[in-house]
Amino acid sequence: MPVVERSARRWLRSTVAVFLKDWRSELRTRYAISALGMFVVTTLSMIMFSLAGETPSLEVLAGMLWVVIFFAAMSGLSRTFVTEEERGTSMTLQLQAPPSAVYFGKLLFNLVLGAGLTLLTVVLYAVFITGFVVTSYGVFAAAIVLGSIGLSAASTIIAAIIARANTKGTLYPVLSFPILLPVLMTAIRATRMACEGTTWTDAGGEFQVLISYIVVVVTASYMLFEYIWKD
Amino acid sequence: MVWRILLGILLTLVIIAAFAFPIVPAPTSLFEFPLIPGLEEKARIIFFHVPTAWLSVMAFFTGMFYGIRYLRKRDIRDDLRSSAAAGLGLMFCILATVTGMIWAKFNWGSFWNWDPRETSIFVLLLIYGAYFALRSAVEVEEKRATLSAVYSIIAAVTVPFFVFIMPRIMTGLHPGAAGDPEGAGPVIEFKMSGGMRMVFFTSLFAFTLLYIWMFTLRVRAALLEYHHQSKG
Repeated sequence: MPVVERSARRWLRSTVAVFLKDWRSELRTRYAISALGMFVVTTLSMIMFSLAGETPSLEVLAGMLWVVIFFAAMSGLSRTFVTEEERGTSMTLQLQAPPSAVYFGKLLFNLVLGAGLTLLTVVLYAVFITGFVVTSYGVFAAAIVLGSIGLSAASTIIAAIIARANTKGTLYPVLSFPILLPVLMTAIRATRMACEGTTWTDAGGEFQVLISYIVVVVTASYMLFEYIWKD
Repeated sequence: MVWRILLGILLTLVIIAAFAFPIVPAPTSLFEFPLIPGLEEKARIIFFHVPTAWLSVMAFFTGMFYGIRYLRKRDIRDDLRSSAAAGLGLMFCILATVTGMIWAKFNWGSFWNWDPRETSIFVLLLIYGAYFALRSAVEVEEKRATLSAVYSIIAAVTVPFFVFIMPRIMTGLHPGAAGDPEGAGPVIEFKMSGGMRMVFFTSLFAFTLLYIWMFTLRVRAALLEYHHQSKG
């Protein structure tokens, strides 16, 4: 079936093109990257000031890590859609690429941005926060990676909604939080388990929840994106 | 008209039965409730608390249903129905939360314990709040309808994690949670005698009818307002 194959290849090409376009324009201004980076740094120093040398329990530390990641994500992950509206380029993009390609291109961009953000947070957190000790590294890595993917997947579709509403900044965390709560709670639990040294088999349930959440959200977003995107 | 009178009689009967039937150690007739250790008179909350929680979930799915229908048919009246259902859902959600909180203070010792089911009703409240915040942020009618429909669907596919799965797999204070000696699962079989079950299901049925009545009233009012505005 050469026709199907050709259209699939074209779709893939426009997805990658959307991703590369966002990536290049991001590298030109570095708006989201610097906003996210500075957000992580300020929040972490804020936490360090308020801890004042105390070492809280692992439960608190695991929760705080995801608080930083969540709010940092909320400050930067909506950019990819909001800039299209601000620059007035969404019409052009609608003409150039099919909605699903736009969605997956933007999702890819947010996944990369989210991965960078979580990596930065985790590294800084491990270096500067005393008492944050990871025992099972594999479980920890899986919790961070899956949590980051779930966070980016859900924030992408909410960003698409937010970009079309009149208030672009303030509503974003309000709309995202209830949708993201399953991810955050499971990721926090899995992180805590990793710090306490839980084995793969014991933490398996958390990863099943995270993976099914990601599949459900991406599928629903893919099906619904066209309605938000087209005028 | 007739069914509304019947509904009134039914709800009156439920209220009388729920409050007046005596609680005895060994119930012999349908008009007596069993004594449940640790609950005693406080067991009566089940006749009102559970139906309100049930309606807040049902209204949520009604809203999603009309949201999907709006996206398919682009009929603005479906959006009005969707927001009418969400408004009712918010009200019943607040009722379930407040009744539960007052009850929890007397039975479990504090107003809020972060029991999985409390978490799930809290998330439902947040979603209703976010839904109306989103609606007020968009002025163009069609856009508002589309965005809120999409949001309600996204919420509906993620929320079952909370309302249906989490309270069952996690240990908690509500009946039906994991570790409950009566077993995890639907709470229907939970320690209820025949009389209690009869009153409970009648109450559930009557509340559902009440919801349908309120829903049709709200939709009628919203439609009238809409036609009035589009004319003037």
